[in-house]
Amino acid sequence: MAEPTTGGAGPTTRQLARARRRKARTGFWRDFRRNRIGIVGLVVLVFFVATALFAPLLADPSGLSEATAQGRPFESPSLRYPLGTDEFGRSVLTLLIWGSRISLLVGLLATVGAMTIGSGVAIVGGYYGRASDSILNALTNWFLVIPWIPLAIVLAASLSPGLLTVSIVIAVTSWAPTARLVRAQVLSVKERPYVERARGLGAGNWHVMTRHVLPSVFPIILANTVVTIAVAILSETTLAILGLGDPNSTSWGTIIEGAFAQGAITIGAWWYLLPPGIAISLVVLSFMLVANAMDEVVNPRLRRR
Amino acid sequence: MGQGIFLRSTLHAIGTLLFVVLFNFFLFRVVPGDPVTRIARSEGLTLEQREVLAAEYGLDKPVLAQLPGYVASTLTLDFGSSFGSGRPVTKEIGERVGKTALLVGVSTIGSVAIGLVLGVYGAWKRGSAFDTGSMTVSLLLYSVPEGWLSLVLLMVFGAMLGIFPIGGYRSTSNLTGFAYMTDVLNHLVLPALALTLAFVGQYAIIIRSSLLDVMGEEYLDLARAKGIREEHVLWRHAVPNAILPIFTLVFYSFGYIVGGAVVVESIFSWPGLGNLTYKAIASQDFPVLQAAFLLTSASVIFSNLVADLLYGYLDPRVRR
Repeated sequence: MAEPTTGGAGPTTRQLARARRRKARTGFWRDFRRNRIGIVGLVVLVFFVATALFAPLLADPSGLSEATAQGRPFESPSLRYPLGTDEFGRSVLTLLIWGSRISLLVGLLATVGAMTIGSGVAIVGGYYGRASDSILNALTNWFLVIPWIPLAIVLAASLSPGLLTVSIVIAVTSWAPTARLVRAQVLSVKERPYVERARGLGAGNWHVMTRHVLPSVFPIILANTVVTIAVAILSETTLAILGLGDPNSTSWGTIIEGAFAQGAITIGAWWYLLPPGIAISLVVLSFMLVANAMDEVVNPRLRRR
Repeated sequence: MGQGIFLRSTLHAIGTLLFVVLFNFFLFRVVPGDPVTRIARSEGLTLEQREVLAAEYGLDKPVLAQLPGYVASTLTLDFGSSFGSGRPVTKEIGERVGKTALLVGVSTIGSVAIGLVLGVYGAWKRGSAFDTGSMTVSLLLYSVPEGWLSLVLLMVFGAMLGIFPIGGYRSTSNLTGFAYMTDVLNHLVLPALALTLAFVGQYAIIIRSSLLDVMGEEYLDLARAKGIREEHVLWRHAVPNAILPIFTLVFYSFGYIVGGAVVVESIFSWPGLGNLTYKAIASQDFPVLQAAFLLTSASVIFSNLVADLLYGYLDPRVRR
């Protein structure tokens, strides 16, 4: 697409915009880096993401098979099995490493879904106003009010089980808080002069929404994404424990469900139950710490707390 | 004066409830696979039996033609019979409501009380060791999945140490009077503790920030200037002004507590509504799922309405 230029020799508007964004990003990072707690969270997250990415190098995927399991059932931790074994004699450490992939993936997929629905509903409703806003806002309020676990149970029980179903269910039950936040911002942005100017120059609704409204509400969407991933990972765990996870893949949630269903509790197989829960808590906590740090960078008002 | 907001909130609640009823209707009929096939599959019915079943639930008619019958039976609280036990759904639910109310009630009071103490003292001594410690614990509790926390409590205090029973509502022996009550309470400890811990974190965090909002206010300085003891300034002047958001928060978070009860009850086999829902998932017991979803939604909508109305009553600024 051809961009209008500011004149013969000077930089194009696109170059100017890029330089401005780069400056904003480095400024953000400089402030974020000073927040020690935020950095701790970030380091923990990098560790878990690296584990998920390099899972094939860290643990042989054949260790996930129930048929070829090498160990005895419910072996306590040893040098060979640092976190013991499950009811099939599989290494819990192997399950944990591979489970990080599914847990993070579902968290990410669900969050992308929730952000798309939430910001879509907010931008369309907030921008068009009138009846569409009333309807979409009522829908948002309804999803804010409704108890999410019963709704998720009903949805998950109605659809065929699988990774995508779990992600969709979490997305459908967690987009509303984002929509509420973004809508408030859209209402204020759409009254600003530059939007009016764009419309005066003949820009269509789609152009204004995607090129002017979306970029200006994007920071809010991004900040909310971090919190939503944390909530989504917790939600996946809850659904898995209730037996509504994907039966064909191993996530941290399904490991906990396995420990529950296979009687690890009664025989005291702590090495089976504790690691996945600790991993989830660490990841969720780190996301919360990073979100807090981002909040403090963006809202200097919060720093005094 | 307050009638406008009363009317508006009530109408809003009724509208939301109607939406839930409609949503419930379409969810179970529009999703792939019709309910009769699902029941037939789980019970191995013949074709004739399937037709009888379809007629009984009105499922032999086109989807939209089923709507009036559905609305009528919902309004008269006729949810049909459980696929699992064959007993009326209302009866199944009626037996369990009280037990869930007991668990949810005790846990709510517990988490609010502890959250209040942690949040208020944390904010009052901001930056102190107590504040840092209580905020760390709160954030940790917020990050821990409630189902896993329940299982850990069950394993440590139930299976390993054997201090508390590992599930259920009461012992099998026929106890009466005081012995019965202590028996039930003994069974209540772990599930109530799990549900309390699951919500203490977020209450403490929000209560702390709510109190920090009023801490800089001049009326507190005035109270101190009058020579009022610090403890008195805190509980009589600062807390009452910060309590409003806390109060509504508890009502608004009712939906999450009800959801948390589903998980906790399932793990501790506490025979409440949540446990009923959990069992209904496994047996694809749709009449029970539908009714449980309606009931929990209705109770959440009701508690939100109560929050709206009380807020209007307690905060004169909202009375318009």
